[in-house]
Amino acid sequence: MSILNSKVPEGAIAEKWSNHKAAIKVVSPANKRKLEVIVIGTGLAGASAAASLSELGYNVKSFCYQESPRRAHSIAAQGGINAAKNYQNDNDSVYRLFYDTIKGGDYRSREANVHRLAEVSPNIIDQCVAQGVPFAREYGGLLSNRSFGGVLVSRTFYARGQTGQQLLLGAYSALNRQIAAGGVKMYPRHEMIDLVKIDGKARGIIARDLVTGELKRFGAHAVVIASGGYSNVFFLSTNAMGSNASASWVCYKKGAFFANPCYVQIHPTCIPVHGSQQSKLTLMSESLRNDGRVWAPKKLEDAEKLRAGLIGPNDISDEDRDFYLERRYPSYGNLVPRDVASRASKEVCDAGFGVNSEGKAVYLDFKYAIERLGQETIEKRYGNLFQMYEKITDVDPYKEPMQIYPAIHYTMGGTWVDYNLMTTIPGLYAIGEANFSDHGANRLGASALMQGLADGYFVLPYTIGDYLAGEIMVPKIDTNSEEFEVAEKGVKARLEQLFNIKGKTPADYFHKKLGLIMWDQVGMTRNAEGLNLAIKEIQALRAEFYTDLLVPGELKNVNPELEKASRVADFIELGELLARDALSREESCGGHFREESSTEEGEAKRDDENFAYAAAWEFNGVDQEPTLHKDELHFETIHLTQRSYK
Amino acid sequence: MADKILSKIHVKVWRQNNPKSKGKFETYTIENISQGNSFLEMMDILNDQLIREGKDPVAFDHDCREGICGSCSLYINGHAHGPDSQVTTCQLHMRKFHEGQTITVEPWRVGAFPVIKDVMVDRSAFEKIQQAGGFISVNTGGAPDGNTILISQLDAEEAMDAATCIGCGACAATCKNSSAMLFLAAKVSHFAKLPQGQVEAKTRAKSMYAKMDELGFGACSNTGACELACPKSISITHIARLNREYLKA
Repeated sequence: MSILNSKVPEGAIAEKWSNHKAAIKVVSPANKRKLEVIVIGTGLAGASAAASLSELGYNVKSFCYQESPRRAHSIAAQGGINAAKNYQNDNDSVYRLFYDTIKGGDYRSREANVHRLAEVSPNIIDQCVAQGVPFAREYGGLLSNRSFGGVLVSRTFYARGQTGQQLLLGAYSALNRQIAAGGVKMYPRHEMIDLVKIDGKARGIIARDLVTGELKRFGAHAVVIASGGYSNVFFLSTNAMGSNASASWVCYKKGAFFANPCYVQIHPTCIPVHGSQQSKLTLMSESLRNDGRVWAPKKLEDAEKLRAGLIGPNDISDEDRDFYLERRYPSYGNLVPRDVASRASKEVCDAGFGVNSEGKAVYLDFKYAIERLGQETIEKRYGNLFQMYEKITDVDPYKEPMQIYPAIHYTMGGTWVDYNLMTTIPGLYAIGEANFSDHGANRLGASALMQGLADGYFVLPYTIGDYLAGEIMVPKIDTNSEEFEVAEKGVKARLEQLFNIKGKTPADYFHKKLGLIMWDQVGMTRNAEGLNLAIKEIQALRAEFYTDLLVPGELKNVNPELEKASRVADFIELGELLARDALSREESCGGHFREESSTEEGEAKRDDENFAYAAAWEFNGVDQEPTLHKDELHFETIHLTQRSYK
Repeated sequence: MADKILSKIHVKVWRQNNPKSKGKFETYTIENISQGNSFLEMMDILNDQLIREGKDPVAFDHDCREGICGSCSLYINGHAHGPDSQVTTCQLHMRKFHEGQTITVEPWRVGAFPVIKDVMVDRSAFEKIQQAGGFISVNTGGAPDGNTILISQLDAEEAMDAATCIGCGACAATCKNSSAMLFLAAKVSHFAKLPQGQVEAKTRAKSMYAKMDELGFGACSNTGACELACPKSISITHIARLNREYLKA
């Protein structure tokens, strides 16, 4: 019997959330005023949670490492946000969104959580519209929708190719209103470095002021982690340069189990890597696959000529183009889910059909859509994305197809949470990308924004009350207690340790090296041999890091290199756990593809008999093997079946 | 599209250890930079070089590196976000520079944006303007169905044109008066174009305007330099709309 209790409520799937809300406790307004909550991160999940909790009357302290909450990386999400509104009359429903998400996640997510997500999704759109989010509209003034991958209906709401920006600015405006009203105290340019526990409960944090370098103590009755995912463990990803996993990682080391780290999303349409000095990868929105057609040359000699720069894509006739997604998956075509599209691109390139000088790119072509709809329509739909592409590559995508290749984009795994979004540490919550619960082994496009806002606006504000109702007699947390003292000393010692290595090599070197190990052995396809090798290489890298790291500058000043070093130290440990998780999951599912487990057609082969669980890892010490706890997944509503998009 | 390599460039950059210390320019030489690199990748390479030489790397703000978070700033050769148009510094590429060139890199020079370190500035004044009224006062929950509020496609598009502001501060940095009018106008105009924004239109325009003045930003003299510098091409017609909203209030 597992020690994990997912606290999934009893009853039929469609009644669980209602029943649960009726059963959980509520805190009175007078008592809310006495309670404090810390929220780490100000992306969609963090900003919406901080604002909503403050509106309810709690005292909120909100933290972000950026100079402003508006700069959190949710801002970069492009394509859209899903909601089961059925505005298009195309037979969408809460059940269909629920079903698509479970299937898209390759049957590795928790049914009850996903159904709740689908249930609250329509409220998100209403809330955002009320805030003034300028969603795209039809001529008659109604909200417009587009389709996204892995789905047969149009349920994605959007604001040009900048949906994440507009939703985040909506949540940010709500947050600003609360900051002005005094309900939220905002701490920008502050990074959480440790979690403080008192009598086993989360009671505060130690943060570093990134301007002065000072370590500060903050107490609260509950702590919420909304600090995003860990894609940057791969160094090159579509995440922001500062996106990091340290808040989640210190919680893991303090006893919060970390679940399914091997579920990493590789997005099929990113601008390919150039050279070795690149700092990050740029995503081209999935929405482009609505109108763009993915292809590679049919003939090897054409691919060779393209790589050598002897011919261009427009020199290849339609008959000599292999629209391989349309060929392999006729019913979903270019709109297959991300994991499927990414692996197909890799296979094509590995077989020698790649089209850039590195042989690691395929085409995304708008010629056909421009012929069908005219350039003006395409410009209206994707203008900002086309401009971005041209600025980066110096190629005009209206005239020549885009070159694309898969890149690390999102992490489905994260801190383990129960149905209330509470971690294995009482009073510690994880929301948004930081938790593991809703996307299983693969996330569908336009669902990250949905989940972040669902957690922050409509789930956590309810479920946190159930815990805080038991804390109303606890006075303001005293940050002079021994627990805070010890935590701060530990943080200080750790930063000094990094600072005093005084080796020869800056943190980026180690980060890039880690990224290469991860991409080569723990990337799009994995096997036992490679994973064992990766674990050894990561351990060796850690030893090298702690003998040869060079952190310049001062401890008590702005010091981006110290920030990086501290984050990279955590990424190295997380990378090892990711590889271990991938090794222990001897099946293929969603974004996790084990070469040992594939069908005759080369598609992912799940093993429901042995692996229908979420793998929650317990920390036992840096040099100790972590303990695996299995959170069994029960499918009461949806019948497990082989996922097919053919 | 093989990118050319610049065998040598010189970077003349503003160095200032903290808000109180006196700053000065230092010039560094970098060799073998691919024109395919972004400007900030060039800065990464410079910093790697400085660290390995035992020097303090240059502190600069940056994050998403895809032109949307608004973190990056930098005044490059006399232009906010450098010589290219409609891009942020992170999307600027070294193709825009030539062999042997000296590239001058300065922080935003705006009184309301004090330097924190080197070319990193404090733009929290923008936060305060937003907190003064850059929102529609609706609590979570209780919003009506999204389709009950009809908005013409044109209004939605115009609201979006304004809402696309990334809050980078290039407008204020470029303005000879250090005015934040384009930034303020973008927010006010975004809400002014939407029915949801009408309820608080008067108080919003007034209190945000007053906050901007209080923070020491200058007045607008309609030269239009901000529009040219804006990486998102936000038009100064939004300033006209802001003025209308302000007069109405």
